[in-house]
Amino acid sequence: MYHMTSMTDPHQGQFRLSMLFNDTRYRSLTYQAIAAILLALAIWYLANNLVQNLRTAGLNISFDFLRDSAGYDINQRLIEYDSQSTHARAAIVGILNTLLVSFLACITATIFGVIAGVLRLSNNWLVSKLMSVYVEIFRNIPVLIWIIIIFTIMTAVMPAPRAFRGDTPEATMLLDMFAFTNRGVYIPGPYFTAPLFASAFLNWVLVLAVLAGSLFATRRMARWATGVQEQTGVRPTTWYFTLAMWIVPVGLLLMVMGLAWEIPALKGFNFKGGIKIGGALIALWFALSIYTGAFIAENVRAGIQAISKGQTEAAGALGLRPRRTMNLVVLPQALRVIIPPLISHYLNITKNSSLAIAVGYADVTATLGGITLNQTGRAIECVLLLMAFYLTISLLISVGMNFYNKSVKLEER
Amino acid sequence: MTDLSFVRSDMLPERAPPANEVGMVKWLRTNLFSTWANSLLTIAAFYVIYLVLANVLPWFSGGVWTTSSLSECREVLQGEVGGCFSVLTERWNQLIYGFKYPVDLYWRPNIALLLLAFAAAPVLFFDLPRKLLLFTAIYPFVAYWLIWGGPIGVPVTAFVGILGAYLVFERFNAANFAAAGLAAVAVAFSLWFIGGYLVDMLASDDPLLTPVASRDLGGFMLNLMLGVTCVSLSIPLGIALALGRQSNLPLIKGVCVIFIEFIRGVPLITLLFVASVMLAYFFPPDATVDLFLRVVIMITLFSSAYIAEVIRGGLAALPKGQYEAADSLGLDYPQAMRFIILPQALKISIPGIVNVAVGLFKDTTLVSVISMFDLVGMIRGPILASQEWNGVYWELLGFAALLFFVVCYGISQYSQWLERRLRTDHR
Repeated sequence: MYHMTSMTDPHQGQFRLSMLFNDTRYRSLTYQAIAAILLALAIWYLANNLVQNLRTAGLNISFDFLRDSAGYDINQRLIEYDSQSTHARAAIVGILNTLLVSFLACITATIFGVIAGVLRLSNNWLVSKLMSVYVEIFRNIPVLIWIIIIFTIMTAVMPAPRAFRGDTPEATMLLDMFAFTNRGVYIPGPYFTAPLFASAFLNWVLVLAVLAGSLFATRRMARWATGVQEQTGVRPTTWYFTLAMWIVPVGLLLMVMGLAWEIPALKGFNFKGGIKIGGALIALWFALSIYTGAFIAENVRAGIQAISKGQTEAAGALGLRPRRTMNLVVLPQALRVIIPPLISHYLNITKNSSLAIAVGYADVTATLGGITLNQTGRAIECVLLLMAFYLTISLLISVGMNFYNKSVKLEER
Repeated sequence: MTDLSFVRSDMLPERAPPANEVGMVKWLRTNLFSTWANSLLTIAAFYVIYLVLANVLPWFSGGVWTTSSLSECREVLQGEVGGCFSVLTERWNQLIYGFKYPVDLYWRPNIALLLLAFAAAPVLFFDLPRKLLLFTAIYPFVAYWLIWGGPIGVPVTAFVGILGAYLVFERFNAANFAAAGLAAVAVAFSLWFIGGYLVDMLASDDPLLTPVASRDLGGFMLNLMLGVTCVSLSIPLGIALALGRQSNLPLIKGVCVIFIEFIRGVPLITLLFVASVMLAYFFPPDATVDLFLRVVIMITLFSSAYIAEVIRGGLAALPKGQYEAADSLGLDYPQAMRFIILPQALKISIPGIVNVAVGLFKDTTLVSVISMFDLVGMIRGPILASQEWNGVYWELLGFAALLFFVVCYGISQYSQWLERRLRTDHR
């Protein structure tokens, strides 16, 4: 950081006006005062224009419209919603949809990115070149074009539901369970025949709670095994116990609650039953994944290459086999390089998910910033709320990132 | 007695290496079939390449380039595999210039694009004579006049204002940087003020170049214009923001931090919404600022925040000794920045700046969401919705993808070349 000359001038008699500009003790204050006045003038000018324009248009700033009935339908929703619900609830449906597609895309983008990044370093010439082509093609074409391309595949190439009808249908369901149609993809939906709670949501929370318990137990066991290994030098075999701990409790719970799968079937003009994933969601999800995956691949490659060869050689000299070298020496160090840009790519996915509006996926930009804005004409309020939402998300993520950076910081002498 | 000892007096010729240790075979063995897993990967990769080529090549080679509608194209194809590339030839003008730019005026953006090459060359390639930068300085005004037309007084006034400001700044810069800057701004505004009256007085009803409204711009031309304008405007702004963020004046630092973090925290779409529905409220009631300018303002603000972060990285990467050396030479802050710090910091930041520029150019497609007809907007709007070409997805989207790929890949290759060029340390 640059510091202005910090030498303190000797006090020279009386205060003179020119000292405001020439004396290092006062100069910074003068400059800041000028900046403050200019800033205040600019804000006053903009605010004044805003007030005048609003008065001429007969508008005011008010968030009351959020309590009004929205009057439009949203076909992709995670919570109860109908056209009688309020604009606020429509915004929440949109927020949940944004979070849903961002979450899904973060997971798949990481998978694509790690695979492509590792394969790019493969000693197989053809595969590494192929991965370079993937990275270059996807990084250099706008994500909006990818979203539109995949959306076109989902809507214009997939068969219509009626193609599945008849004795010799033009299209068949994959494994008799998955139907890919131009109205969306239908997959089997799980449900409980003997649920413990009336609400389906609570049942799934219970399942998740059991899984969390399994995770906790296996972590405990791994720590115990490490303790034994450090004392005796022999690591007890625990994998079958770990496996059982993952499968048995949740399996029992699902059996008690009677898990069953509802297979989608063609009824009337459309598929019924199971879970419907809209074409817009798939387009957005997949396009964000492959696009961001190309960027993540570059980070993964750079992270692995950042580990000096001496580390690998040292591990080899200690007698570690290549796989253990990767797991115990290279990856833990590479992750420190990979994870910060990875998290900022997650942030980019969340922000890019706002492109949903181009394919009609009802994320928060499409509900609050699209239909609600157009219906109520409350442009300023809607855009402000929208920005507040994205700002909150990105602030949360950067707080988490700072926390992570502190925890993995190298302890230097 | 015979002497049985034998000393070979001539060199034996080298034996040829084993057949699978040389040439093609060796290369194949080490690079493609070293282990069985690798061989499987190779075969899988070949299969993928085969699938792609088998689908794309017939589609491309069987393509039809001369029909005037999809139904005609299908008649020509008669069920054979082939692309209807005639949509590209028939709608070429719309794809490149949008659907409203007057057809007989296409030569004007063409010349502007040609001149852009000359204006950008001295900026991109340092070996060219520095005098060419003079043309770069005039270019924005020439390009504005060519593309928008109208009275020539407008760009001339703008240029004279900037020129006057520059001369005043150079005259007083040696004495006091801040005072010279303020004087330059004052001169520019007064020249523009006077020029505004003169232009209004002298404007004839029939200007040399027919005026074209901003809303008539479109197609790939719009993407290029937005990209070039916003990148070049946001670099100086980004430098200012980065310096502000490094400043030790708390107020200036605070304003810069809040601005940068705010812009980086929201998606570009929300900023474009601001441009399309909200920004008009902040202008004086009688002013009509057209959508193009509002979008340029918002995209420039957006990319300047990202460029500021890149340059901040460059500033932080400079060794502290450089700052201290500048101090010990007795340079004041503007001098230290201009002669010591920024030249080095900007050099480190070039790859990052180019990345932002490529990202920004790709993001110019987002203006199609606020119903501007850029390349993507043209494809999704007027062309795919037209009766003749309803359903020609792949040819159009592939063309758009190809255009963007060529430009973005070209820029990133340039950036890598520049990085090698600028590496002055010895490795």
